[in-house]
Amino acid sequence: MRRIGGLVLCALVLAAWPAAAADRVKVGFIATFSGPIGLLGQHMHDGFLLGIEHSGGKLGGLATEVAKEDDQLKPDVGLQVARKLLEKDRVDIVVGTIFSNVMMAIYKPVVDSKTFLISPNAGPSPIAGAQCSPWFFSASWQNDGAHEAMGKHVQDKGLRRVYLIAPNYQAGKDALAGFKRYYKGEILGEVYTAINQPDYSAELTQLRAAKPDALYVFQPGGMGVNFVKQYAQAGLMQEIPLFSAFTVEETTLKGIGDAAVGAYGTAFWTPDLDNPVSKRFVADFEKKYGYTPSLYAAQAYDTALLIDSGIKAVNGRLDDKEGLRAAFRKADFKSVRGPFRYNTNHFPIENFYVYQVVKDASGKLKLENRGVVLTNHSDVYAKDCPMKW
Amino acid sequence: MDLLLLLVQGLNGLQLGIMLFLMAAGLTLVFGIMNVVNLAHGSLYMVGAYLAAAFQEWTGSFVLAVLLALPVTALVGVLVELVAIRALYPRDHLDQVLATFGLILFFNELVRIVWGKASRFMALPAGLAGHVQLVPGVRYPAYRLVIVAVGLLVAASLYVLITRTRVGMLIRAGASNRTMVSALGVNVRLLFTLVFGLGAALAGLAGLMAGPIVSIESGMGEPVLILTFVVIVIGGIGSIRGAFVAAVLVGFVDTIGRAFLPPLLGAILSPQTANQAGPALASVLIYVLMAGVLAFRPEGLFPARTG
Repeated sequence: MRRIGGLVLCALVLAAWPAAAADRVKVGFIATFSGPIGLLGQHMHDGFLLGIEHSGGKLGGLATEVAKEDDQLKPDVGLQVARKLLEKDRVDIVVGTIFSNVMMAIYKPVVDSKTFLISPNAGPSPIAGAQCSPWFFSASWQNDGAHEAMGKHVQDKGLRRVYLIAPNYQAGKDALAGFKRYYKGEILGEVYTAINQPDYSAELTQLRAAKPDALYVFQPGGMGVNFVKQYAQAGLMQEIPLFSAFTVEETTLKGIGDAAVGAYGTAFWTPDLDNPVSKRFVADFEKKYGYTPSLYAAQAYDTALLIDSGIKAVNGRLDDKEGLRAAFRKADFKSVRGPFRYNTNHFPIENFYVYQVVKDASGKLKLENRGVVLTNHSDVYAKDCPMKW
Repeated sequence: MDLLLLLVQGLNGLQLGIMLFLMAAGLTLVFGIMNVVNLAHGSLYMVGAYLAAAFQEWTGSFVLAVLLALPVTALVGVLVELVAIRALYPRDHLDQVLATFGLILFFNELVRIVWGKASRFMALPAGLAGHVQLVPGVRYPAYRLVIVAVGLLVAASLYVLITRTRVGMLIRAGASNRTMVSALGVNVRLLFTLVFGLGAALAGLAGLMAGPIVSIESGMGEPVLILTFVVIVIGGIGSIRGAFVAAVLVGFVDTIGRAFLPPLLGAILSPQTANQAGPALASVLIYVLMAGVLAFRPEGLFPARTG
């Protein structure tokens, strides 16, 4: 008699289990924390933690545990740590990655395990198009966006003869392809440089000889520091205006120094963006960490706010996956970029701004927003995504 | 082809070559005399750049930064020799590669711990930030000309040191036949430490000169190290003359290749193919050169080793 009662009690408890809310949420955070790109990982981690802090120290009301993992900018290591987070640590949500090559390695394993993958940075075209997944959400942008914005800006400015430079890998080629989608003028040269090339004097001399109206360059990280420094030293900053994306921004400004003044860039957000969420983010970030947040930090901050809004909407019931997905799709949170909504492929529809590097009254270098270039921009790959909702 | 353009690119090639020579001279001596494969040579380049940036921030003067960074980098080199390299002399090359690779990881992390993850900044001295009119219509950055001048001065000084002094004689003898030198009663240990310190100083000089024009960050030494190895293989292990000739050759080939190969291919092939093949070919041109030299002279252009 007692045994049957015990079994009935067990059955009742087990039946009631799925409906109970979790008491904590575990987030796996995969980014590059070593090597030169480690600085971006640090910015993102700092931004993400501030986002949790601003959400009341919890995500969606649940105590949050962030499992930080370093992908070392290697796809195989990224895959290894992703598997560890999924199988050993049993995280509820994976946040990652910075670089698209690592993203392509972890994408399928994470979404196949029916775990939500939120990207705070990488947005390669395959996952915006045919390979889109209901388990993936981007909190940043699709990779082509900033380049398309600069293409439109240069086109609108009436600059008809442009020279292009990018590093010789997939993101470099995508960058110039994105630029050319909106820029319809004459392209005097399309030059691909080596990764981590220390000296650009050969390319800069050719550039000067071609006498273009403008230069569009994409050189992320340390390559950007090298390139812009040498560009300014060659006296080219006064001769040929420099337009860029992901080349002159908060992570590289300090290394470039005054040589960066006058350069233009595009991004989905600038530190001086005029909305209350962004202003609070920048002020608290500078107070807490002692440096100005880059766009990478802002993206990671929005990632935390997105997750918070999702978990709040399902009242902490993390295994209500359908509910979480619907909540993420709604994106009912106040983003640093202003209004935020999702396209059918789970990539944001957002504005892109052009900015110029200036030196303020105290001698500090900053990015000054010069206006919006693309309003409510959707990427071209959404039409290839079969998801409809 | 525009002659002026060719002249400027030639100058670019020379400047790259001179920088490579500073790195290669130190590395070829260490490899030639001590028979040690020192992968940490690039780390000494990085340390030189970081120290110069730090001293410049501390003193506010570029000249002081240079004068302080150079001996300190040499000192770091001597320390590395005493602590790590000394144990590697009797070991085979694979062990040396493993150990010095470990040193690379150590230094990369050390600079990050001491100076943080962001790139450091080094300002050009005001007097050298401008341009020089070489020929009417050709402006060349003054600082790059200074690099060429300093490099040639160092090359000349090294030549005098190696060929006209007693220490130089010992270095040449050690590169030629180490066992014999030791058997003749020379304090080989002291000689080795001296050579390593000299190599470190040269690498540090290359680093601090590159500081204002490149990104000073953890891992900045590795791309340069690879080029340096190509140079000493082409030039001949242990030979300063070989290092000079090979460095200038590699500098020229790499620069001219990067500048003119893609447009040249664009004239022959379709633009699509040229865009794919051009940059790829340009980046492997120096390795093709190395393979070519090794095919005809496996010991390099000016081999020093006879025993």
